[in-house]
Amino acid sequence: MQDTAASSVDSGLLVGAGVYKSFGALSVLEGVNFTLAANEAVGIVGPNGAGKTTLLNVLAGAYRPTTGTVYFEGSDVTTLDAAERCRIGIARSHQIPRPFGGMTVFENCFVAATTGGNLSGQRAYQCTVDSLEQCQMLHIANRRAETLGLLDRKRLELARALATGPRVLLLDEIGGGLTDEEANHLVETIQIMRSRGLAIVWIEHIVHVLMRVVERLVCMDAGRIIADGKPEAVIADAAVIDAYVGGKAAP
Amino acid sequence: MKSEVSSETRFIVERWTPLSAATSIVAAALLVMLAFGPLLFGANIVDNLTNLFIYVILSVMWNALAGYGGLVSVGQQTFFGLGAYFAIQLSYYGVAVYPALLLGAAVAALVSLPISALMLRLRAGEFAIGMWVVAELAHLLVALDPLINGETGVSLLALNAFSPNTRRDDNYWLALASMAVLLAIVFALLRGRLGASVQAIRDDEDAATSVGVKVMRGKWIIFFLAAFGCALAGTLWLATSITFQPNTYFGVQWAAYMIFMVLVGGLGTFEGPIIGAVIFFLIEFFFGQTGVWYLIGLGAAATLFALFLPRGLWGTIEDKFGLRLLPVGYRLRMLGPQRANTD
Repeated sequence: MQDTAASSVDSGLLVGAGVYKSFGALSVLEGVNFTLAANEAVGIVGPNGAGKTTLLNVLAGAYRPTTGTVYFEGSDVTTLDAAERCRIGIARSHQIPRPFGGMTVFENCFVAATTGGNLSGQRAYQCTVDSLEQCQMLHIANRRAETLGLLDRKRLELARALATGPRVLLLDEIGGGLTDEEANHLVETIQIMRSRGLAIVWIEHIVHVLMRVVERLVCMDAGRIIADGKPEAVIADAAVIDAYVGGKAAP
Repeated sequence: MKSEVSSETRFIVERWTPLSAATSIVAAALLVMLAFGPLLFGANIVDNLTNLFIYVILSVMWNALAGYGGLVSVGQQTFFGLGAYFAIQLSYYGVAVYPALLLGAAVAALVSLPISALMLRLRAGEFAIGMWVVAELAHLLVALDPLINGETGVSLLALNAFSPNTRRDDNYWLALASMAVLLAIVFALLRGRLGASVQAIRDDEDAATSVGVKVMRGKWIIFFLAAFGCALAGTLWLATSITFQPNTYFGVQWAAYMIFMVLVGGLGTFEGPIIGAVIFFLIEFFFGQTGVWYLIGLGAAATLFALFLPRGLWGTIEDKFGLRLLPVGYRLRMLGPQRANTD
């Protein structure tokens, strides 16, 4: 295990090696080894409480792992907080959208471009406009974010993450709560980002949406990765079916 | 500070409009005219205007803290009182009295550093009430200083070296200059990078962190600025009243006044708190002598505003008419025929 962790550090863009995370007596992650290669899109599925969002939080720097290490581009970033990780190129969206409600859509992304993206002046404006355009939000750029509906809030999560100029995008159920048509719009946007070389980790319950973007699927259950590979293979995996249908933790 | 046109000229980010340019010219002219106040007005008006300037400082500072930084504090009287207290101490140890007023505010701002290290870890209501506790603590500690004579207080005797007329005019100019400089600083900060960052912190601290905002740094800068501004208001108040009684300076009524002015004027707008301060000043001017009823009226007005005009007078006008006199935000305007902007 030590060997595989060490070798994946070199090959991976973003790596969580031997990650354990517990909150008091509650152990949420129990030894997760996760590797995201450059330009790769990985989906994470698993039943509720499997630890998917916690893993994302550990990768994004919102949580410090209890034990384990996070590497980005080969260097140890475990002690960097979420703001610092954003500045080096790890951006995320939130499961429940968290817009800056008192600011306009434009200003939401502009903050991201100037802080996470460390841009200023015209380059910050251009970056903001580009990310709004990619997420089809230009026409509502001057709306206060608190007036947005769910789809636009989800888009704003994406646009804001994009404006930070990331190398890796961590998406937490960005399609959740949307109609199929709305989700399809988002998928198209994400496919465009993907084609521009952005690496993506995407947690989603709507598997058929996920399958259109990711080339590898990881299934988690009870704080562990129980399957990892080609999406079709993971979906057919007995342990995965058991985790979902059986409702019990895989052995 | 003009609107900036992109290299591809597909869009303009509007930060400054003809109206706002006109407003700033009018504001500057008004300040210049006010500078001649002592030559034009009688003693009574000069005194009252000095108070108004102090209210504007307090209002603008509380708004920077709460309206933009999201740091709702019920304890800014901490710095109002500490500024005055340190000015008295400095004067007692031989610093000339007017420099002592400015230095006193600076020392109080320095004291805000260790306070902020503790308090900025608290969030929302915890911070608000925590600051009140800090104010009470500061009150008790200052009252322990033998120099202050407990709650009896002390006078800034060095001010008596100036004749009442000279003192009145000097106080007026000092208050006017302080107000102008602080307004300019807040305006510049809010229009700059920090402005957008602290608003992001106000709206969602964790989300701000996740887009790369250094949350503690942003909060700290705004807290420090507000501490200095409130402390300066405190030393100016001391200059006008000469006496220092801990009860008066550390009283929670200062927090109530600040909240009133900002809520009525418009929380989180640049113009609102200035309007709120003028309204508060007028109410006090006309009804201040009615004692308890005056306070009941203030409380009722603040409640009504919170219920029916939650964005305050200016916030409501801004929403309704899209009027922005001194904008700190950003408006995107797309160029080209099919890119009409809806809002």
